[in-house]
Amino acid sequence: MSPYEEVILDHWKNPRNKGRLSDPDLVGVEVNPLCGDAVRLELKVADGKVADVRFDGHGCAISQAAASLLTELIQGRTLAELREMKDEELLSALGGVIQTRLNCALLPLRALRKALKS
Amino acid sequence: MMDLAKLRADFPILGRLENGKPLIYLDSAATSQKPIQVIETEARFYREQNANVRRGVYLLSHEATELYEAARRMVAEFLGARAEEIVFTRGTTEGLNLAAWALGETRVSLGDRIIVTEMEHHANILPWQELARRKGAELLAVPITEGGHLDLSAFRKMLNRRTKVVALAHVSNVLGTINPVGEIAEEAHRVGAVVVVDAAQSVPHMPVSVKELGADVLAFSGHKMLGPTGIGVLWAKSELLEEWPPFLTGGEMIREVWLDRAVWADPPAKFEAGTPPIAQAIGLAAAVEYLAGIGMPTVNAHGRELTALALEGLQTRSFVEIYGPRDPKERGALVSFNLKGLHPHDVATLLDQEGICIRAGHHCAQPLHRRLGIPASCRASFYLYNTREEVEAFLAALDRVWEALR
Repeated sequence: MSPYEEVILDHWKNPRNKGRLSDPDLVGVEVNPLCGDAVRLELKVADGKVADVRFDGHGCAISQAAASLLTELIQGRTLAELREMKDEELLSALGGVIQTRLNCALLPLRALRKALKS
Repeated sequence: MMDLAKLRADFPILGRLENGKPLIYLDSAATSQKPIQVIETEARFYREQNANVRRGVYLLSHEATELYEAARRMVAEFLGARAEEIVFTRGTTEGLNLAAWALGETRVSLGDRIIVTEMEHHANILPWQELARRKGAELLAVPITEGGHLDLSAFRKMLNRRTKVVALAHVSNVLGTINPVGEIAEEAHRVGAVVVVDAAQSVPHMPVSVKELGADVLAFSGHKMLGPTGIGVLWAKSELLEEWPPFLTGGEMIREVWLDRAVWADPPAKFEAGTPPIAQAIGLAAAVEYLAGIGMPTVNAHGRELTALALEGLQTRSFVEIYGPRDPKERGALVSFNLKGLHPHDVATLLDQEGICIRAGHHCAQPLHRRLGIPASCRASFYLYNTREEVEAFLAALDRVWEALR
């Protein structure tokens, strides 16, 4: 059974950058009350770039894997770039996401957008 | 005994593929599939018999009216009720809203008590919650035990002289629990309360006689019992239907109308304002005829057999957590569960890749899930067209889901 892409299974089983920062500059939390998925994204910013990032959360494999992968995607990038980040970038990095579950995959990106506005 | 292969041939959708695999449909508690007899009956109505009811003097309208009223008689007979006690609605939700609104107009006032249960579908909580808010009444919920039954001693303590309504599910859409409606109704009646039953998960699956059940009001949907969407049934004792004011007003529900007043038609027409779901009612009658042809005891036994098989298989898997009673005799034809540490949406998505459709989510019962301490659950539900092989395929697929995501 391999309906989930390897990258999703990998990040689900071995989440990267999971935990909390001691003194984050930006924080975004996004919750889907219908399914209970939750993602918290914490960023440390230096020279307008992401110097460090952590995520925390619980929920389905897709939302949590997407959050883990997102932390890798945004590391070192400028906040200006991240404000322009498109859904497709995360979805294609995930190897494509099944149509019925796009909402789960995009939950961490919504948390990021909240963090950037905070 | 049913000839399952022959029966399954009546359901055209069972021949389709889901994600390239033969469809294994285990979500009949959400909506059932439809046999060709129902599909053709509804289509034939539109092809050959369509006209509005209760208003035309021409033959075609007369025939449509006859079919519509025959559908009502057939539903009445199915429930052991009288035709004038059968109100056609859009579904269970509308029936429960109608009952809550009408009871609010006639029975519930400031300081009165309404009792529901922790295991209700939102459709049997929110109408009462709104009623309590409008009237300044209090809303209490009977708690559930660890075993997934209603806590009857807590219920008895809640009952008082100010209790005007007790509303409960006949069969829980999550736990599967069959509630002792008769026992509850007897106690509720002792304080003069009206007993309202959400029968959405019982009437499709087991013999239900309103005379034997002991309730005063009962609502269910056509689409969960092989019928079309958009049609439901509200049964209520005649004295209540006489007493209640109409929920919706407009065409077809009146005797006389002046600009400043009106005289309502007798029940059930009083509660069927506007053009009713005519084709859907006739389709529902075809569904009732189909189920009655097999026999509800047979339908019930088949559902119980599959539920027992599923329960047994789930219980042997240490990574599965089951909700509700363990004894299949205490259950409707459904099982809710979780794979430890996995989100139900992942389980349902992976099963779907194998052609297996189950429900995942809160099943419109958030308070119950909160009580169980989980955000959501998986639910497999069974009906007369499901086979033992399908249940076994579902169980085997769960092992693969667990291997993939654990």
